[in-house]
Amino acid sequence: MSTAPVPASFVPGPEDPAPGPPHYLKDGTTVRSWLLTVDHKRIAILYLVSVLVGLFLGGMFAMALRLELLTPGPTIMDALTYNRMFTLHGVTMIFLFMIPAIPAVFGNFFLPIMLGAKDVAFPKLNLLSWYVYVIGGALALWGMVHGGADTGWTFYTPYSTTTPTKVLPILLGASIIGFSSILTGLNFIVSIHTLRAPGLTWTRMPLFLWSLYGTSIIQILATPVLTLVLLLVATEAAFGFGLFDPARGGDPVMFQHLFWFYSHPAVYIMVLPAMGVISETISTFSRKNIFGYRMVAFSSLGIAFVGFFTWGHHLFVSGQSTFDAGAFGILSMFVGVFTAIKVFNWVATLYKGAISFKTPFAYICGFLYFLVFGGMTGVAVATVSLDVHWHDTYFVVAHFHFIMVGAVMMAFLAGLHYWFPKMFGKTYHEGWGLVAASLIVLGFNATFIPQFLLGNAGMPRRYYAYHESFQALNVASTAGATLLLFGFVIIAIYLVLAFRFGGPAGPNPWGSRGFEWVTASPPITENFDGEVEVTGTPYDYQEDQPSVRVTPEAE
Amino acid sequence: MEARLAHHFRAIETQRHAERLGMWLFLATEVLLFAGLFCGYTLYRYLYPETFKLASAHLDVFLGTVNTVVLISSSLTVALAHHFAHRDRSRMAGVLLFVSVLAGLAFLGVKAVEYTHKFEEGLLPGRYFHAEGLTAPGASMFFTVYFLTTGLHAFHVVVGMGVLVWIGVRAWRGEFHANHSMPVELGGLYWHLVDLVWIFLYPLLYLV
Repeated sequence: MSTAPVPASFVPGPEDPAPGPPHYLKDGTTVRSWLLTVDHKRIAILYLVSVLVGLFLGGMFAMALRLELLTPGPTIMDALTYNRMFTLHGVTMIFLFMIPAIPAVFGNFFLPIMLGAKDVAFPKLNLLSWYVYVIGGALALWGMVHGGADTGWTFYTPYSTTTPTKVLPILLGASIIGFSSILTGLNFIVSIHTLRAPGLTWTRMPLFLWSLYGTSIIQILATPVLTLVLLLVATEAAFGFGLFDPARGGDPVMFQHLFWFYSHPAVYIMVLPAMGVISETISTFSRKNIFGYRMVAFSSLGIAFVGFFTWGHHLFVSGQSTFDAGAFGILSMFVGVFTAIKVFNWVATLYKGAISFKTPFAYICGFLYFLVFGGMTGVAVATVSLDVHWHDTYFVVAHFHFIMVGAVMMAFLAGLHYWFPKMFGKTYHEGWGLVAASLIVLGFNATFIPQFLLGNAGMPRRYYAYHESFQALNVASTAGATLLLFGFVIIAIYLVLAFRFGGPAGPNPWGSRGFEWVTASPPITENFDGEVEVTGTPYDYQEDQPSVRVTPEAE
Repeated sequence: MEARLAHHFRAIETQRHAERLGMWLFLATEVLLFAGLFCGYTLYRYLYPETFKLASAHLDVFLGTVNTVVLISSSLTVALAHHFAHRDRSRMAGVLLFVSVLAGLAFLGVKAVEYTHKFEEGLLPGRYFHAEGLTAPGASMFFTVYFLTTGLHAFHVVVGMGVLVWIGVRAWRGEFHANHSMPVELGGLYWHLVDLVWIFLYPLLYLV
């Protein structure tokens, strides 16, 4: 299903007539050529397939939860199954989908191209990171099939060390996936430092790379702590040393500190790359230079930095001192300041732009709305006095779903639609794209706005049964989730059709000035057929062409 | 054998810069990994200051000191190995690397002796803990921290020895010279980190 009718003679594929090196999808077609590839673009595709499996599983678990919550009592499962379901939903969505989604898929694919490089700094390490991810994911899935865990994705001690469910493989799986995240981050930082093309100064770098740089810092510095704390819980569960067991002199709150030292910055591992995608697309679809480049770039580093000092806001009701709680609350609000800097600059970019309302732009609008709404409620829950009321209620659930699912998912879909023509060289059906985008934005709102209201009315999170007065809003939320599901099904259908039957995209279908659009669609294995030189910024819409010169190699 | 310039780097200097930077970033993750355990140590020492002193007396300061000396010496031989590899004396570098591996083995041997003593005294933490005369509430916690930190460290020693053997064999075959000594340098950096962690563990566990 494409905008242009597909001629029957089009079967060989959208190859350009000039004989050249084959594009990366055609450069070897055996399974072996995929499983042993060191090409960053193929690794990105491997990641894309795996995170979509994660998204599918996580989504199915979510639908099961929403169905169960249709009625106040038991609906389709028993309480233990319900507990396992929300644990699996959290674990899969966070570790298997959300954390690798944008960096490992779009980051891997576009970081080297945006740098004017042929690959990331350590291509073999890059492939290794995917295998580590798959091994960790397989271990976690094995644990899920063989009983699952009922602790919630936060694995709070001392319950997680004493539960009879299969928590061990899931803990180990999650900590193994952490290593893959570390390797990706390490690769990105080194690539950005050493592989920039001549002329690509730091302040000419695409903003997506600035956001990946901030993300990678968090991945490198925070993930080891998660690895450690999950291993400690696993040791506890296996040997019972009592490290987190108050009965034996241990301190369960230490777990919460170490866990959130990673897991709060991890939110920025998810949302920073999303912000980078928005910076790229918003400039393209308003055909206007990004407003306040430096501010947008440095605020990414600002979020990465301040993100390390906010973890205590998860411990407001865990016996933390009033002073600590206040300090962490105020530090958390700084994230709001940096985010607001970005939002204002994005909106200023739209102002008097020549907006082209394509599918990615629909997701940009969704993103801005979810980020602002979710961000404002974030500042609200960072306020200690308010949070004591909202803590562990659906209000918090709705808040972080607005950011992590609303904003990040919008950016993931914006990026997927924006870069799909580049990654696969095909166009998709614009009309269905807009239909699905509307369904998804609508569905998210219908799912999570009722949850804000439920939380404010006092419905606790993770409860199997609830008071009858909450039923109407729960039904509304489930209805919203169904809309959402429909939206995703439509996307899956038209993207698969586009991949198979879509018309040729051409190198630059959006008329973007981004550096990645000077390559062929899909790019050749070496990305560019010559030496790259950057002569300007990636957002200069006064120029006719992207500010990149590719000189064919002399030899 | 020359150091090979990978196709995606523009110059060999850039590639070396990338390799060094990558290693330093990896070391940063290692520091953070141990940092979590050091936080645990700090917390429980703060909760049970007196017990930690008593429990620490059950460690053998002599063996701990021997191990510290052994590890620091092995760092010296690793540094010397890099020195010789860089001056076209690959075989000498290989010999020094194997000396470092032997030092690592000696370290693990001493550690095994210490662990055996602890098992016999019933100092294994948690439900296995049954030491006589050490009944204060934090005692088991000291040994939990002791076994976790030294255990994780010993694991790093084992990995580091593997790395040194691999590089040592290559050095013995004469692979390294002035233009190609990066693996020795990077392997050495890793070994120094393993060493450095112990230099913090030793006073915190043995000398309190």
